Amino acid sequence: MTVETIGTYAVAIFLLIGSAFVMIGVIGLLKFNDPMTRLHAPTKVGTIGIGMLLMASMAHSFILGEPSIHELLIMAFLFVTAPISANFIAKVNIHHGVSEAPPAPPRDGMWATLNSPDNDQNVEDTKQV
Amino acid sequence: MARAFQWLMPHPLLTLILTIVWTLLQNDISAGMIVFGLILGIVIPWGTSIWWPDRPMGFHPGRMVIYSIIVLWDIIVANLEVAWIVLTVPNAKLKPAWIMVPLDLRLPEAITLLAGTITLTPGTVSADLSDEGHSLLVHVLHTDDPDAVRDEIKERYENRLERIFS
Repeated sequence: MTVETIGTYAVAIFLLIGSAFVMIGVIGLLKFNDPMTRLHAPTKVGTIGIGMLLMASMAHSFILGEPSIHELLIMAFLFVTAPISANFIAKVNIHHGVSEAPPAPPRDGMWATLNSPDNDQNVEDTKQV
Repeated sequence: MARAFQWLMPHPLLTLILTIVWTLLQNDISAGMIVFGLILGIVIPWGTSIWWPDRPMGFHPGRMVIYSIIVLWDIIVANLEVAWIVLTVPNAKLKPAWIMVPLDLRLPEAITLLAGTITLTPGTVSADLSDEGHSLLVHVLHTDDPDAVRDEIKERYENRLERIFS
């Protein structure tokens, strides 16, 4: 067993694990009924799925003898930006009232996304689009 | 001397991060690139510092590293849990829930980190903050006991964040 053989197997295993997780994310997206629960599957399982695919890419570059560390940066940016898109989708879901409405906050008046200035409040116009 | 340093490098950690990001972007660790990264890392925080007033003064990088390792581990474990839920729990038996996490954190930076952590650990998504910032709205994919999830978030993440920013 040379280093190269072991490396190739490692790349294959990373790719398999990564694609398995991405596929589970897609299954979740198709299976769940409610937009809020549907949000969970792809955004989450995606992080480790794509993380594993990037690990495979890194391992492959190291076997070829041209080490590449870009992937760490991709992972970092992904981890920083993923919560923001999930947060936006969740807020849109709250506005459209597609899921069960959230309970009112215990100490404050309302949730920040619902607390818009008066002339922004007729969201009915945007709902139809 | 200390004031000159403060003026030149308003965010020493940001300087470090920018240098590392630049070096990684170049995909080539050489002295020239590190020096150029350092120049960028000093110029960018210096030029943008007026747009970031009231930055948190106390910050413990060591505790932040431990926190990141814990979160990474939780992401892996929770990924497996969510994958299991997706594959085995039928839609009719799924118990999604909204939970409210009362916040003890007051710093916007700390609350952002907490919300990001909650979203990254699978099974929970932070959806919104109350208008005066006293509680966080979190959606849970599948739980039998919403209160337990809330307590776990509070003691596992919020307590640690409080100690990072103290």
